Amino acid sequence: MSSVQNIGAATLDGLAYVGGLAKLAGSAARAVLLDIVQRRKLAYGRAMHQAMAVGIGALPILSLITFFIGTILALQAAYELRKFGALQFVADAVAISVSRELGPLITAILVIGRSGSAFAAEIGTMKVNEEVDALETMALDPVRFLVAPKLLSMLLMLPCLTIWADFMGVIGGSVFGMAAAGFTFPNYIRATLDALVLRDIITGLVKSVMFALVITTVGCQEGLRTGLGAEEVGRSTTAAVVKSIFLVIMVDLVFTAIFYVSAGV
Amino acid sequence: MRGFDLADVPKAAERESPQRPALSIRNLRVAYGEREILHGVSFDVMPGETLVILGGSGSGKSTLLRTLVGLERPTSGDVLVRGKNLCTMNDAEWRELRQHIGLSFQGSALFGSMTVGENVALPLLEHTKLDPATIEIMVRLKLNEVGLDGYENYMPAQLSGGMKKRAAVARAMAMDPEILFFDEPSAGLDPIIAAGIDQLLIKLKEAFGITIIVVTHELASAFLIADRMVLLDKGFIVADGTPAELQASSHPRVRQFLDRIAEPELSQEIDYLQMLTGEVPRPRQ
Repeated sequence: MSSVQNIGAATLDGLAYVGGLAKLAGSAARAVLLDIVQRRKLAYGRAMHQAMAVGIGALPILSLITFFIGTILALQAAYELRKFGALQFVADAVAISVSRELGPLITAILVIGRSGSAFAAEIGTMKVNEEVDALETMALDPVRFLVAPKLLSMLLMLPCLTIWADFMGVIGGSVFGMAAAGFTFPNYIRATLDALVLRDIITGLVKSVMFALVITTVGCQEGLRTGLGAEEVGRSTTAAVVKSIFLVIMVDLVFTAIFYVSAGV
Repeated sequence: MRGFDLADVPKAAERESPQRPALSIRNLRVAYGEREILHGVSFDVMPGETLVILGGSGSGKSTLLRTLVGLERPTSGDVLVRGKNLCTMNDAEWRELRQHIGLSFQGSALFGSMTVGENVALPLLEHTKLDPATIEIMVRLKLNEVGLDGYENYMPAQLSGGMKKRAAVARAMAMDPEILFFDEPSAGLDPIIAAGIDQLLIKLKEAFGITIIVVTHELASAFLIADRMVLLDKGFIVADGTPAELQASSHPRVRQFLDRIAEPELSQEIDYLQMLTGEVPRPRQ
């Protein structure tokens, strides 16, 4: 097979994979809506359980990481800004880069590691233990039972975690601001609020919603595609993490480009 | 003894009966990609009958079971249940039918994140409008039927292998199915626990008159519980009869299976055909 044919085949596989993700997301969204319309409680209970695992469980490590990221960003920004005697713009640099880019991205990557992998491992183990088959033989839709609660919880929790990550990043930046740039804490927060516009926050939140879709569908799709044997669960989990990170970066690129173009118009 | 000649198997399955079969299979073929696993299987299962599908590893018995519950799609053939053909049913019809059948998996397949009681209650919560108090009573009744009184709050991981099988049977029984399928019910259990599962199957049949279809290769268990047996070999039915008829069979493949004789070294396809059919094929002209 020639290299052109290889590229073509890989592209078709990639498109089919993304198509599968879209179909899964559609089926899960339909199941969530049907549950709301038919006032069934079961998916909500599962979604709450998932939300605790995805959201509350991630808070301590997310807080630490984004706090340090905020400090690192301030240091990196100050490296250039001090050459121009513009250290007072450290707060602006940290606020904008955290809220538009690093807050959503770092949150997504952390959630991929904690929850995307867990989704794949959980569903993959259920597949190996024939629990997914058991759901089907009991006339229960595996997508409604396994994917819909995860999607609902992720769509709710990832934007919340992103806002928290933005906040902790700003606090991290303020440590450098107070230590080396002559800010007091209230001054730093005021400078941050002056630098930010609503659009910056919304940009990050829109991205986080798209990341939530990617992380849930990739984790669940890899889990549902698990073959036989414990080794397959490991393969699914690894594939879920690698593919999620790749697709999150791709989605980030696309949306950053869209926001850039739309802001310039 | 009937049905030992391959050519006669469909005819045997089409025999006249005053009762309508609970399940009727005609010329069922199932393939994974290019590889055909079941090569035109035909038989009937009468209401209230316990049919044991015997067969060695790779005989196609698990594929047959998975096809009958809709986990695999056949390439051709007909399977009639409740007047409907499984092979042409859409998803909505499958959802409706599955509320009238139950399957107990080889590995139990209990949901590990739910208690035993929640496992049994799940189909009732989803498919009925019963209030929670009634469902709780029904769960206790189902667990009582399988000898698991008081275990509703246990997690599956806290149960022994035999207890998991019983809990899986209680879950499969939750919707009072007309046909109950069992995949290797005695596999992995010690002889005493396995005998207990056999007794449970006999009790369920006698108490509720359920049609039971069991896939197994455990001979002692099969002869104890079966009203009728079919022996699958490499995707073909090579025997169909009562336990006594199978015991009396002189078919080489049946004898090999029942007498636990190891597979001989086969050098040519013609040797295998001879073993399968019990006849010496005529040489090609």
